[in-house]
Amino acid sequence: MLDAANRHFDHLPNRPGVGYKPQHYSDILADPGPVDWLEIHAENYMGDGGRPLAQLRHLAERFPISVHGVGLSIGGESPLDPDHLARLKHLVSWLNPASFSEHLAWSTHDSHFLNDLLPLPYTARTLDRVARHIDQVQDTVGRRMLLENPSTYLAFSDNEMSEIEFLSGIVQRTGCGLLLDVNNVFVSATNQQTDPVGYINAFPMADVGEIHLGGHDEDQDDHGAPLLIDSHGREVVDPVWALYAHTIEVAGPRPTLIEWDNDVPDWLTLAAEAARADGVLTRVAA
Amino acid sequence: MSVGQSEFTQAILDPDLAVPPGLTDPQGRPAGKRFSVYRNNVAVSLTEALETAYPVVRKLVGEEFFRAMAGVYLRQHPPTSAVMMHYGARLPAFLENFEPVRSIGYLPDMARLERALRQSYHAADAAPIDPAILQTMPPDRLMAARLRLAPTVRLIRSTWPIHAVWLANTTSGAPKPEMVAEDVLVTRPGFDPKPQRLGAGAGNFVEMISGDETFGAAIEQAGEDFDLAALLGLLLAGGAITDISEGT
Repeated sequence: MLDAANRHFDHLPNRPGVGYKPQHYSDILADPGPVDWLEIHAENYMGDGGRPLAQLRHLAERFPISVHGVGLSIGGESPLDPDHLARLKHLVSWLNPASFSEHLAWSTHDSHFLNDLLPLPYTARTLDRVARHIDQVQDTVGRRMLLENPSTYLAFSDNEMSEIEFLSGIVQRTGCGLLLDVNNVFVSATNQQTDPVGYINAFPMADVGEIHLGGHDEDQDDHGAPLLIDSHGREVVDPVWALYAHTIEVAGPRPTLIEWDNDVPDWLTLAAEAARADGVLTRVAA
Repeated sequence: MSVGQSEFTQAILDPDLAVPPGLTDPQGRPAGKRFSVYRNNVAVSLTEALETAYPVVRKLVGEEFFRAMAGVYLRQHPPTSAVMMHYGARLPAFLENFEPVRSIGYLPDMARLERALRQSYHAADAAPIDPAILQTMPPDRLMAARLRLAPTVRLIRSTWPIHAVWLANTTSGAPKPEMVAEDVLVTRPGFDPKPQRLGAGAGNFVEMISGDETFGAAIEQAGEDFDLAALLGLLLAGGAITDISEGT
């Protein structure tokens, strides 16, 4: 456990946050600008010590931290990796973060970890499995988790329900909350040729504890249809900002994260993205 | 019945396999390139993880070659854990047997050194002993005592000038490596691992100490040319000694 004298943040504020990158450490401490909280990828803090954990300990005294797992494989057909679950439990109990989230995806099969968020068919059978895994995670980690909607590039011919029906079913079964990634909504809707605004309007907003915004790349599929890739390597595009503004109008202000994981820019560029989210949050709240 | 994750995984790792049926575009046509996005994500992210772990190996073989080699490695040895800071543990052994680099004899040991640096970086913090304890202990008691080394300490013993080659590839103006065997000790003063070349006998000494042998036994094994003061200076400066215990 961190020092009991430290401030403890028990929730993320309805304000902008950014994905924390070690190269921004000094800049953040000197002047965080509009950034009021930070998110880390859980797996990057599963070492035994050294600079990563020391920096995190220091940042956690000043900022609410969101622990965002990228490797638990909640949608996996295999049982959850008990070692990984134990590492998560250890990190969460040590840091006592303001929020913990993971993905509706799978990444591990037969002990092979593929380091990507792979897609799931939306069937009753998958829903049952995912719900059992989320129950197991929440029981082990000892707190409510948020589940993030994925970016998808293809469809399963045997889908039995929509993504929103699936996510709502999971929330109903497990009591977990949701992390709404608005860029993922835009990417998936483009790739699946559905309506992103309709998706937002149908989303169970009462359960949304956090929003993600990130950049994507543009490509085309074999038939020349647009194919967007969730790359987190550039600015959030204007149509995603518009969809975000709509989301905040529908849902009210929510903690909003700028994700920029590849070709990470300097701090001012990242802070400018957070300032843009701040503008939307402030305008809607006014 | 959906495409299973077993079939999906095989097709991700083997680009020669067909895209599993049941994966489609919005019109129900075969997924084709859409599946390749996942294949590409997996290969690129694992390649990047190896590049992060082995920057000097990458520099030695060149970026293009490293990526091609990573493509072979990641399919033979996909990660077994989601903690990517540990990925690539088997690269040194892989390099021993990877035909195209067999002529670069020191490459596997360079990978071992880079792995040692990474492990040291993420190793647990441990408070070093007060150097005065060593300096004031009567010699007979010191000889019978055992030292505990910090979790950040690693020893790499090579028949190649591994430290000199590492230095030449990470530091401008470093001297040209000479063809000698080198033992390298990694310590972590503060947060940044530091590899240092050991003098004669010091590798034996550290190996004995790590094996929980006594100080006296380690000195005996180190031989006549061993400079104890130099090694202790290096260990103490690196915060590498965390405990000294007497008795059995």
